[in-house]
Amino acid sequence: MTEPTQAPAFEQDAFAAAFPETREFWAAAAQGQLLLKTCDDCNRAHWYPRAICPLCGSLKLRWVTASGRGSVYAFSTARRAQPPYTLAYVTLAEGPTLMTRIVDASPDSIAIGMPVQVQFQASDEGRMMPFFRPADQ
Amino acid sequence: MSLKARACIAGAYEHPTRLAPDKSVAQLHAECAIGALNDAGLSLSDVDGYFCAGDAPGGSPLYMADYLNLKLGWYDGTESGGCSYLAHIEHAAAAIAAGHCSVALITLAGKPRSSGQATGTAFRAPPFERPEAAWESSFQWTIGGLYGMMMQRHMHEFGTTLEQLAWVKVAASQHAQHNPNALLRTPVTVEDVMNSPVISDPIRRLDCCVITDGGGALVLTRPEIARSLKRPIVKLIGSGQTLQTNGGGYIDLTRTGAQRSGAAAFAEAGITPADIDYASVYDNFTIMVVAQLEDLGFCAKGEGGRFVADGNLISGVGKLPWNTDGGGLCNNHPMNRGGITKAIEAVRQLRGEAHPAVQVKDCRLALAAGPGLVLGSGHAHATVILERE
Repeated sequence: MTEPTQAPAFEQDAFAAAFPETREFWAAAAQGQLLLKTCDDCNRAHWYPRAICPLCGSLKLRWVTASGRGSVYAFSTARRAQPPYTLAYVTLAEGPTLMTRIVDASPDSIAIGMPVQVQFQASDEGRMMPFFRPADQ
Repeated sequence: MSLKARACIAGAYEHPTRLAPDKSVAQLHAECAIGALNDAGLSLSDVDGYFCAGDAPGGSPLYMADYLNLKLGWYDGTESGGCSYLAHIEHAAAAIAAGHCSVALITLAGKPRSSGQATGTAFRAPPFERPEAAWESSFQWTIGGLYGMMMQRHMHEFGTTLEQLAWVKVAASQHAQHNPNALLRTPVTVEDVMNSPVISDPIRRLDCCVITDGGGALVLTRPEIARSLKRPIVKLIGSGQTLQTNGGGYIDLTRTGAQRSGAAAFAEAGITPADIDYASVYDNFTIMVVAQLEDLGFCAKGEGGRFVADGNLISGVGKLPWNTDGGGLCNNHPMNRGGITKAIEAVRQLRGEAHPAVQVKDCRLALAAGPGLVLGSGHAHATVILERE
């Protein structure tokens, strides 16, 4: 007798389930891979992933595995939160900038331009989200 | 179609309360409506156009129109955060110019203070249906965090300093000391701002606006009707609005929608920032004032820090009298939405009804501008230019 297959956690996640066109992203994220929607017409990647290219309006898009590397565009540490955490915008090597948090770094060690790499962490609802930590040397 | 001088602001009213635990939001809207109509010399039965935003109970004009028993030929529930009411001024003028209505009422009210809301420091989860929600909500962003990043980028790119930003709060507090209704009436110094605790780097407590209950209302009407009333004539001569997106992931946190809304308003009015006698510029955080003054054209991009320093926004002292009611930083930020109070103080200045200590002499041209929601995550902006006849 075979075990019933466990549905991926992201399929129980209302935020992910509301957007069927992003299923591949969440499936890859569960495997630790960052996908970017990239346009076949203008060849640019955008964020967040959509069903149309917001840069040129094309419907011809493909998922591309991103390097997972980028640099800090801006950050702000919520000093009064318990525990404090660092909200950030990270500019990916592929071009777009996304909202995230910087993890595994003391707030005082973070700087604009600092190289970072993706580190997926589960959201409260079940999907894996791209957080970022200081890049390996 | 130009809306220049097609409508006048005939009535303006800021609710005096800053804490209203024993009043409903509907009651506050209604008290503001009556206040603005009394100011104009009109009554509820004269109103045939009604404008409100997401703070209205039910999030639509329907329910306050019913509460007030309005007989309407036009309504508009445009919701774009704190600047909604500045956008409504333009929408009301368009409706008046098109003949859809003759007396337009705009109301705002809410009770974030008595309900204990931590507006800037608590994460408010967006509904999962919103397309950006899945990609942002897990990071539990706060308004303080987003404006903190904006402030950091501005300092990084242009060399803006914490001391320069502190001068914005100093100017607001200098004005608020003359406003008996202001929540914070004690003048503060640059040192006070510098020494206030960090909320979300680099934003300090005194870089932030207040959280207040209350509201306000405006009445717009056709110039012929305005001239029949016993109030000074305040004409809308320029307006602009925009929604500034995340650009598909290509963002610039230092630039606001004021670039577009301001350019449209100045072009319609046929004047330049140098012509403005008084400016109300939405001050949810000190950095937003600096960025908007640049984007509106009061100074070059990146020069805002130097522009606001050394008391230059203090009425009677500096080169640009600004937020003479004490603004959102010290006076009032009803329902976390500062758009309507910006227009109300501009009307007071143009009528010569501001506090004598802050009244701009012979104030003829005034601007009111402000953002809605947050830069980088859904940002609106609206600007209006008003002229006293």
